[in-house]
Amino acid sequence: MKIRLNGVWRELNGAAHAEPTVASVLDQLGYGHSLVATALNGEFVPARARGGVSVRDGDRLEVLAPMQGG
Amino acid sequence: MPADTRTVQTADPLRLYERELPSRLLLGTSRYPSPAILEHSVRAADAAAVTVALRREAAGERAGQGFWSLVRSFGVPVLPNTAGCHTVREAVTTAHMARELFETRWIKLEVIGEEDTLQPDVFGLVEAAGLLAQEDFQVLPYCTEDLVVAERLIQAGCRVLMPWAAPIGSGRGLNNVFGLRALRAHFPDVPLIVDAGLGTPSHAAAAMELGFDAVLINTAVAQARDPVSMAHAFAQAVQAGRAAYLAGPIPVREMAQPSTPVIGKAFLG
Repeated sequence: MKIRLNGVWRELNGAAHAEPTVASVLDQLGYGHSLVATALNGEFVPARARGGVSVRDGDRLEVLAPMQGG
Repeated sequence: MPADTRTVQTADPLRLYERELPSRLLLGTSRYPSPAILEHSVRAADAAAVTVALRREAAGERAGQGFWSLVRSFGVPVLPNTAGCHTVREAVTTAHMARELFETRWIKLEVIGEEDTLQPDVFGLVEAAGLLAQEDFQVLPYCTEDLVVAERLIQAGCRVLMPWAAPIGSGRGLNNVFGLRALRAHFPDVPLIVDAGLGTPSHAAAAMELGFDAVLINTAVAQARDPVSMAHAFAQAVQAGRAAYLAGPIPVREMAQPSTPVIGKAFLG
């Protein structure tokens, strides 16, 4: 299945029977324990909820980190 | 003299929601030549708080982690913004993400309405401020000097306002002194931070002399030829402007008034 990660389409691989979660997608994409905040289809997904939120084909996942700002 | 100035400062803290801050200069963290110059500028400014933002992070990049470690080492409060958001939904989602990452209820709420001037979309701003205030955020909205918008923001739950002086990064100074003075007079008890558009320390001093509670500077320091020295200059200007405001400037007159007493003047004609 494909998702849009930070605006770019990415192919995810995984077992067809298991629906991935935000947490498992972050692991698969290599975010590991990075300090990031996540939103799925424009809705904030708190870190503690990532394991319980399913990711479906075509979803938009935003992964943000601290940066310089004014 | 510096000791006296410092006494004035510590006896006169800036209050933003429940926090008391010893300085009245907030500093942005963007556009510095290097992280080291950012760090030295924060120290030279004696910054009350620093602003930060969020951006997309590529897997394995960890740029955000490094920046956040640096900012934490400053030991000053962090004010996250929602820069770049053009809709209420974007701003609200970004605010939630910022609260989790930066572990603060403060949010500098920006909802941009116009690309050339980066003028706030004040209608979206009021709506977003209301939603966030209901969710226990402490909202610091980036707004215009419009009195009615300010009133609506306060009704929405904002306890601090951040009116612009001029478009972000323009360095123009106080574009509408009349409007800013009216805003100050209309809301004497609301902390008001002049945000955006200041170019030189004299602009900051002018804002403080009008009675504004603090200023937020980014580009004017970060893009100066010597950011660290400019940060120090802004700190001095903010202190001078605040001290002048507290000292009570004289009213402006149309005609001359002799400063030297005329009684006892010799008649030599």
